[in-house]
Amino acid sequence: MTSQSLHSKDVVIQTPRQKPTARKRSRFDKETITKILFVVPAGLFMVLYFGYPVVKNITMSLQDYTTKTFFTGEAPWVGLQNYATVISSNLFGPAMLNTALFTVGSIIGQFVIGLGLAVFFNRRFPLSGFLRAMLLLPWLLPLIVASATWRSILDQDSGILNQFLGTFGIPAIPWLTSPSVALIAVIIVNIWVGIPFNVTLLYGGLQDIPEELYEAGSLDGATGWKAFWHITWPNLRPVVSVVLVLGVVYTIKVLDIILGLTNGGPANATQTIAVRSYQESFVNFQFGVGAAFSNILILISLVFAIIYLRANRRAVDE
Amino acid sequence: MPPKEGQASNYQLSKGATVKNHAKKHLTKALAVAALVPLALTACGGGGGGNSGGDASTLTLMDYYNNEPDNLAIKKEIESCASEIGVKIEREAVPGKDLIQKVLQKSSSKTLPDILMLDNPDLQEIASTGGLVPLEEFNVNTDGFAQGMLDAGTYEGKVYGLAPTANTLGIFYNKKLLADAGLTPPTTWDELKSTAKALTSGDQYGVAFSAIATYEGAWQFLPFMWTNGGDETNLDSPENKEALQLWKDLVDSGSASKSVINWSQGDVKDQFAAGKAAMMVNGPWQINALNENKDLEWDTVLIPVKEAGQKPVAPLGGEVWTIPETGNKEKQAKAAEFISCFTRDSTQLSLATQRNTIPTKPELADEFIAEKPDMKAFTEQVADARSRTGKLGDGWPKAATTIYTAIQLALTGQASVDDAFKQAAKG
Repeated sequence: MTSQSLHSKDVVIQTPRQKPTARKRSRFDKETITKILFVVPAGLFMVLYFGYPVVKNITMSLQDYTTKTFFTGEAPWVGLQNYATVISSNLFGPAMLNTALFTVGSIIGQFVIGLGLAVFFNRRFPLSGFLRAMLLLPWLLPLIVASATWRSILDQDSGILNQFLGTFGIPAIPWLTSPSVALIAVIIVNIWVGIPFNVTLLYGGLQDIPEELYEAGSLDGATGWKAFWHITWPNLRPVVSVVLVLGVVYTIKVLDIILGLTNGGPANATQTIAVRSYQESFVNFQFGVGAAFSNILILISLVFAIIYLRANRRAVDE
Repeated sequence: MPPKEGQASNYQLSKGATVKNHAKKHLTKALAVAALVPLALTACGGGGGGNSGGDASTLTLMDYYNNEPDNLAIKKEIESCASEIGVKIEREAVPGKDLIQKVLQKSSSKTLPDILMLDNPDLQEIASTGGLVPLEEFNVNTDGFAQGMLDAGTYEGKVYGLAPTANTLGIFYNKKLLADAGLTPPTTWDELKSTAKALTSGDQYGVAFSAIATYEGAWQFLPFMWTNGGDETNLDSPENKEALQLWKDLVDSGSASKSVINWSQGDVKDQFAAGKAAMMVNGPWQINALNENKDLEWDTVLIPVKEAGQKPVAPLGGEVWTIPETGNKEKQAKAAEFISCFTRDSTQLSLATQRNTIPTKPELADEFIAEKPDMKAFTEQVADARSRTGKLGDGWPKAATTIYTAIQLALTGQASVDDAFKQAAKG
C-alpha cells in the first residue's frame, strides 16, 4: 500500500510539470523508456518466479501428470478430473477441517502469546534486548531440526514433557500417538514456531506509537488495560492486520512441521491440504492431483490476500 | 512514520528531475540497463551442464549413500571399478529422500547421469517412464542373482537394474535381557507374544517395530503378512487381517509401545539400543550403529511364523544400479561394463562385509556367512526374499499406502482389524 500511495502522489506532482504538448504526444520519449527500463527487471522477475509457477501449477492440475511426464514430456489433458478426484477423496473433508483448525488454532495462539510478549518487551528493563533476541531462536532453527526435537520432547513414554507433567501427577498424554490429541500437539509446536514472527512485527508496531499519547491518556485516567484498549490497540490495528493475514498465508501451507512430527498420521489425524498435496505429488507421484490440492490452497490464500488488500484500501481511502 | 519519509524524499527527487539537465537522465537509464544485466546472465546460465555429448572417458553417477560408513565403502568400490574399466567417474551422492525428485528433475532437463542408483521399489516406476535402458541391450550378465532381486530389477520382462547387495528384516534380540528372563528367541507368533509380554516391565517394552505412516511402516509389516500367506494383490484378506491382529495384540497388551505408530526404523533402533525394547524388527543396516554401544549384546533370528512349519518370507531391500536413457551409446556401453564390475562376486562380498548387507548371489552365501557369522539369519532369508514390486509393479506405492494406513487405523482404534484394510483402501 505504501508504494501505491507513493506512485499516485508521484503522478500528481509530475503532471503539473509542464512539457511542450508536442513532446507529450510522442509515446516513447526518453523519460518513459527510462521508467519502463526500471520496471522491467521487477516485471521479468515476477513473470519468471511467480507467473510461470502459478500458470504451470494450474495447467499441471488439468493434466495427467506423472513420473512419465518428466521423461517424455507428455501429459494428457484430463480437464477437471484431478479436481474431481481431490474432492471425492475420503480424506478431502477431514483435510479441509484439519487445515482450518490448524490455521485458526495456530494463529490465535501465536497472536495472543506474541502480543503479550511484545507488550511485555515494550517496557525497557535489564536484559530485555537480550531476551528479545533469544525469542527469535525458534525462527532461526531449521524446521526439520525443530520438529525432530519436538518429536522427542512429545514422545509418550520417554518425552521430557510427559515426564515433567508426571511430576504433577498428570498421566502420560499420547501427544503424537492418539488421533484425538495429535492435531493439538502439532498446533502447539506451530505456535512455538510462529511466536517470533508475531513478537517482532507487533513489537515494531508498538515502538511506533508515540509516547505522548500515553502521557496524554494517563492525564485523562487511561492507564493499564484502559490505555491498552484505547491507545495501544487502535494504533496497532494496521500492524495487527498485516500480522494476521501473513500469519494465515504462512500457516495454511505449513508442511515441514507436520511431516516431521506425524507425517499426516496417526491414522490421518493430521492430514492437511498441504500434506495431501505433498503426498500425492512426491509419494504417489500423482503430480496432477497434487497440483489440484495446492491450487485449492492457493485459492484460499488468495481470498485472505484480497480481504487484506480491500481492508487496507478502505483504510487508505479514509 | 515510514510513509511520510518516503513521500518527502519523493518530492525532492521529482523536483530535482525538473531542474537538472538531461545528463542525469542518461545516467539513470544506464543504471536501469545495468540492473538488467545479471538477470540476462542467469537466464543464459541455466542452459549448460548437459552430458549427452562428449567421449566415454568420463561417466557421471548418482547414488544416495551420503552417510558414513556407506559413503566410503561405496566410493572405494566405485573407484576400483572405474580404474579397471578405464573411465573417470564423477559421483554425486544426494540425501536419500531427495533422490527421486532429483531423478525427475534431471529427466525433464535431459541431464540424467550415465549410471544411476535407485532404491529397488522405485525401479519399475522409473523404468515405466522410458528413462532407463534394459541391461540386456549391453550384454550385462544377469545369471546367478536371487530371484527376488531380479524381480525387483525387472520391468515388463526386461532387467533394468542389478544390485550388488541386499538387505531384509529380522528380529534383533537383547541377549542379556532374554538370558536373564530365561527365555529363548521366539519362532512363532504365539511365542513372540508371550516372550514380549514376559520381557515387558517398567519402562522396558518387550518388542519394538515401526508402524509409522510411511512406506517404512508397510515394509515392516510385509514379513508378517507374507509369511502368513497374505498378498498385496488382495489386501482385505483373512491372512493380512491375522497379521494385523498380531501387531494390534502386541500394542494392546502393552508389550509394544503405543508410540510404534510414530517410530521410524531409526527410532526403533534407538529404543532397542537404549535397552527400552528387548526385541525389535529391523534390518542389518542398523548393525554398525548397534555395535557402537559396546555393552549391548545382541543377536538376530528370522521373523517368527504364525505356526511352526510355515516358511518365512522376508521382503527384499537394497539398491539397484541402472543405465539411464541418455542417448549416448558409447557411454551407456561403458556404464554397462561398470555395472557388471560393480555387481560381480568380489565386489558383492567386499561391499556386503563393509556395509553389513547381503550378497545378492545365493551361491556366495556360505563364503559370506563364514566371514560374517552374525549375518546368518539375514543371509538365509535373502535367497528366498520377495521384492515389493514383483507383483504390482508401479501399483506398489498405492498398495503400500493402503497397508500403512490400515495399520494406523487399527492400532489407534479408529477402525477394527476387520475393517481397517477396507477403510484404508477408500483413501
